[in-house]
Amino acid sequence: MAGRDLRLVLPLAALFAVFFVAPLCVLVALSLSTGAGLHGWTLAHYIKFFTDSFNYSILWSTILLGVKATLLCLVFGYPIAWIASRASARWQAVLLFLVILPIMTSVVVRTFSWIVILGRQGLLNQIALGLHLTSEPLRLLFTEPGVVMVLAQVQMPLMVLPILTVMSKLDPNLADASRALGAGEWRTLWRVTLPLSLPGVIAGAILTYSASVTAFVTQTLIGGARLVYMPLHIYQQAIGANNWPFAAAISVTFMFAVLAVVALLDMLTRFAPGYVKP
Amino acid sequence: MSSRSASLDWESLSLRFTFAVITGIAIVFLIAPSLIVILTSLTASASLRFPPAGLSLRWYAALLNSDQMLAAAWTSLIVAFWTTIICAILGTAAALALSRAKPVWARSFDLLFMSPLLLPALAFGFAALVFIYQLGLRPSIGLLILGHVIVCVAFVLRTTLAALTQLDPALLDASASLGADQLMTFRRVTLPLIGRGVGAGSFLAFMASFDNVPVSLFLADERTEVLPIHLWQQIETNLDVRTAAVSGVIVVLTLVLMVLAERFAGLTSQMR
Repeated sequence: MAGRDLRLVLPLAALFAVFFVAPLCVLVALSLSTGAGLHGWTLAHYIKFFTDSFNYSILWSTILLGVKATLLCLVFGYPIAWIASRASARWQAVLLFLVILPIMTSVVVRTFSWIVILGRQGLLNQIALGLHLTSEPLRLLFTEPGVVMVLAQVQMPLMVLPILTVMSKLDPNLADASRALGAGEWRTLWRVTLPLSLPGVIAGAILTYSASVTAFVTQTLIGGARLVYMPLHIYQQAIGANNWPFAAAISVTFMFAVLAVVALLDMLTRFAPGYVKP
Repeated sequence: MSSRSASLDWESLSLRFTFAVITGIAIVFLIAPSLIVILTSLTASASLRFPPAGLSLRWYAALLNSDQMLAAAWTSLIVAFWTTIICAILGTAAALALSRAKPVWARSFDLLFMSPLLLPALAFGFAALVFIYQLGLRPSIGLLILGHVIVCVAFVLRTTLAALTQLDPALLDASASLGADQLMTFRRVTLPLIGRGVGAGSFLAFMASFDNVPVSLFLADERTEVLPIHLWQQIETNLDVRTAAVSGVIVVLTLVLMVLAERFAGLTSQMR
């Protein structure tokens, strides 16, 4: 019976074996080989990556970029989820629709609209100049704060949805009990709701982080050619420099770096108090 | 007593006020870019400025003459269409199997099928390119679609699995005891009940495929240009108002599709 039930998973499993697992294995093999033909083993590409400060500074700034964008998503996303979990069903649907709308819109389009807003003659600069907050146009495009801001807008739904899912399963009696025992709303939020919704926060952080570090379109269009992050670095080495074994080594390093942070966040879930109303 | 309740009210109000303000700012932050791009695309001038200088539809009319853009949009639609069909079939089948499988199997397969969402998509795109070259193949539209399936199928799997957990197994037993075979039970009982889940997942898969850059960057051959990459290159090289017009079309179509998906598949409730 068990074997028969698992039959239906086989087509997708076969596709993943051939078109996902096998390519990743070939990628690892290529990163360890001397030439493009997969022969001769060497660690030279990894040594080259980790002994050149240019390379690992790109890795480091990519990880930091993901952390900053994730924190910004959390600062705005948590209150949205909190408000939505307390809203009536109708308002909750409206709020969710507004939150999901941007993630459904093409990422190229969303990034493009930020170019119109952040550019030298863009909306923000016109406002800043009009209010005499600045005497000359601010540089917003092609700066890291610009990239972080746009990434936060692009990935926000990935933070809000998991938090909301956990929050709406929380037993409202717990918050009531906290208030009945004399804790104010802020204290209840800090000591009861926030710790209990931590699994949602972590799930959201994993999604926003892994989406932000790989956001090739947003990073290249808002960051420009001077701010190089790992995805652009891989692309340049693979297509521009045509150095496939080195590009493979960068890709493998990048994948492990992303997975390491995801695993670290996932481990935090174990320390989170696990009270969710069944 | 009265002073205590007053302080409680102040606390409660200050928290609500702070969170409502942050939510308000966030909603403006989330929605404004799409509105601004639509308004910018309606400009009568040739510069991308907001507010637009005069209103006209000339840039939308200009779209109809941009053969490259139209060809790229058509390619993207075809790729997204086939990706969605394959994702819906394979994803629903896998979800049916996993919902009945032993937890250890269900968890391992689930992790495998979800991992393309966590791993850097660009690294997977490059890996797929390296792999097909090793096999002696070259990028083609078929391989591009298979690559999209890998990164999009998780959406169908997620929503369908969620719908299946709501399904009462007694209904399947009832159907079987009334003499229906497995296929009949699937067509007449299971599918109608999980249809909204499959629909919402397919919609998400379609949007994800239509928007995919990292995989298409490596797996599309020279003749096959998809819309997001065409737009990306336009923005990087010669930015003009036509890009804003295409963006306007995409934003409006997305909105229409989302309203339909909400109406027929309960999209927002499926995504939680």
